[in-house]
Amino acid sequence: MHNKATVSSGAAAGAVQPAEEPHTEPRRIVITAENLTKTYGDVTAVDGITFSVPAGESFGLLGPNGAGKSTTMKMIGGVTRRTSGDLHIMGLDPDSHGPEVRAHLGVVPQQDNLDEELRVRDNLLVYGRYFGLPMSYLKPKADELLEFAQLTDKAKSKVDALSGGMKRRLTIARSLINEPRILLLDEPTTGLDPQARHILWDRLFRLKEQGVTLILTTHYMDEAEQLCDRLIVVDKGRIMAEGSPAQLIREHSTREVVELRFGSERNTTIAAELDGIGERLEVLPDRVLIYAHDGEAALEQVASRGLRPLTSLVRRSSLEDVFLRLTGRSLVE
Amino acid sequence: MSAGLPVTSASDAARDRSFGPLYSRNARAVISRGLLATKSTNWLVMLSGFFEPVLFLISMGVGLGAIVGSVQGPGGGEISYAAYIAPALLAVSAMNGAVYDSTWNVFFKMNFAKLYQGMLYTSLGPLDVALGEIFLALLRGLLYAMGFTAVMGVMGLITTPWALLMIPASVLIAFGFASIGMGITSFLKTFQQMDWINFIMLPMFLFSATFYPLSVYPQAIQWLIQAMPLWHGVELLRQISVGTFTTATPIHIGYYLVMTAVGMLLTTVRLRQLFLK
Repeated sequence: MHNKATVSSGAAAGAVQPAEEPHTEPRRIVITAENLTKTYGDVTAVDGITFSVPAGESFGLLGPNGAGKSTTMKMIGGVTRRTSGDLHIMGLDPDSHGPEVRAHLGVVPQQDNLDEELRVRDNLLVYGRYFGLPMSYLKPKADELLEFAQLTDKAKSKVDALSGGMKRRLTIARSLINEPRILLLDEPTTGLDPQARHILWDRLFRLKEQGVTLILTTHYMDEAEQLCDRLIVVDKGRIMAEGSPAQLIREHSTREVVELRFGSERNTTIAAELDGIGERLEVLPDRVLIYAHDGEAALEQVASRGLRPLTSLVRRSSLEDVFLRLTGRSLVE
Repeated sequence: MSAGLPVTSASDAARDRSFGPLYSRNARAVISRGLLATKSTNWLVMLSGFFEPVLFLISMGVGLGAIVGSVQGPGGGEISYAAYIAPALLAVSAMNGAVYDSTWNVFFKMNFAKLYQGMLYTSLGPLDVALGEIFLALLRGLLYAMGFTAVMGVMGLITTPWALLMIPASVLIAFGFASIGMGITSFLKTFQQMDWINFIMLPMFLFSATFYPLSVYPQAIQWLIQAMPLWHGVELLRQISVGTFTTATPIHIGYYLVMTAVGMLLTTVRLRQLFLK
């Protein structure tokens, strides 16, 4: 169904699309990784991970800093050579076909690396030239992407005059200049304020609707929940779990969570008195988590035992809880 | 269709090329980026690089030349002191321009602007980037050489049409320095290390028979200077400026051809190590 957007976008464009698969067939796999491994000296950054991504999917790598997410992205982009294992992007091995593979990709790196010596629109044009694309194509494309990134009125500005959110959007616009089939986003909203994040999510969501395959790393669970159809939870270079956000929460956590704060001194000692409430108890330095199907009922049980937390909160389980369950650690430390 | 993104066949064209992982025959994209960036930001720096040797020529050639009078040129004939040092200064400016472009400029783009990182996430390979950057350094060297040769002409220091060959010869000198300079820069990590480059360049400028003949030095020092690249450039341009060629001429040219080849090899190997880890 994602093909609809593309087919409806003009007769000329439709003419180059007949090879596109019918809707009934399973979607084509665009990335396969098998036992993908990367070591730097003694350090194993990526430890034999296996996954595949079908066209049009929004696929996430969720994990804390240092989990091997960025290294995996660099191997997909063909700018880091793998130590062992197999990797194919659109059927090509990035180690031997770097430039070709990257012609299919749009890359949004963790840190903006816009060309500060060029103006906003020139950044897009020049980047397109790196792909060998002609100016006759690039000029209207650049204007279209500026529109998409809500930067049309900044076309002639200098890059360093842009805000953090604008720079990110420009980086994303730039990554789309070659109409990539796969977009790699490494921590796309890290360092942005909430408003800028929501604008960015909206833009990424639109790309997803247009059928672009998104591969994104994040250590924000809300981002993963918002954007990912499917994700792998990565820790220390290994895959801990795989599935849709809802699936992961269902399999690895309860429906609801009660968060209780008794003050940092008492959290540990009071945990013993909570025994038996809910399905599982997690004691963190600053709070106690009770995993339960019915959070309100669990909270009433706490009150009935005469315990008075300083603050209490009942919420739905999130990917943060999944990660905590799988690794015993928080995502953001 | 809003932005109508994944549609046209434009990127299929980019996709259909099948070259090795190092080179996609698109150094011209790197070059046009450099020209655009120069147009908007760097042209003042470029201008100062042109005036430096001109100022030296005026102060030393005209000022000091008034005391020195005429000296013996490469062919044995008497030439003015200004005509003696002018080709040497041209060699120095070819060196300075190429080294500035291939060291400080590249160092900044590599480590701070992350420019190459961005380029290498496209269809470009490291060799495209290296060739493009070196070409820009050479283009700048060419412009300086043409400008300086014109100044020599205005000052009446050109006596033979051979002197026009100083322009391509300067480009060769710049090629040698730019390719080696970029290779060396790829090893350097801090600004302190970058200062070593100046530490080598300044004595080379002062002592490579730039302002007086090599014969003033004891034999051992002469050998040392003859091993350094700038001396070959100074001698080559000085011979060309008066149209006198000897058996040493092909040696000077050969020195730069080898230097260029070694530098290009080093740069490509290093870029591959740095960016395709």
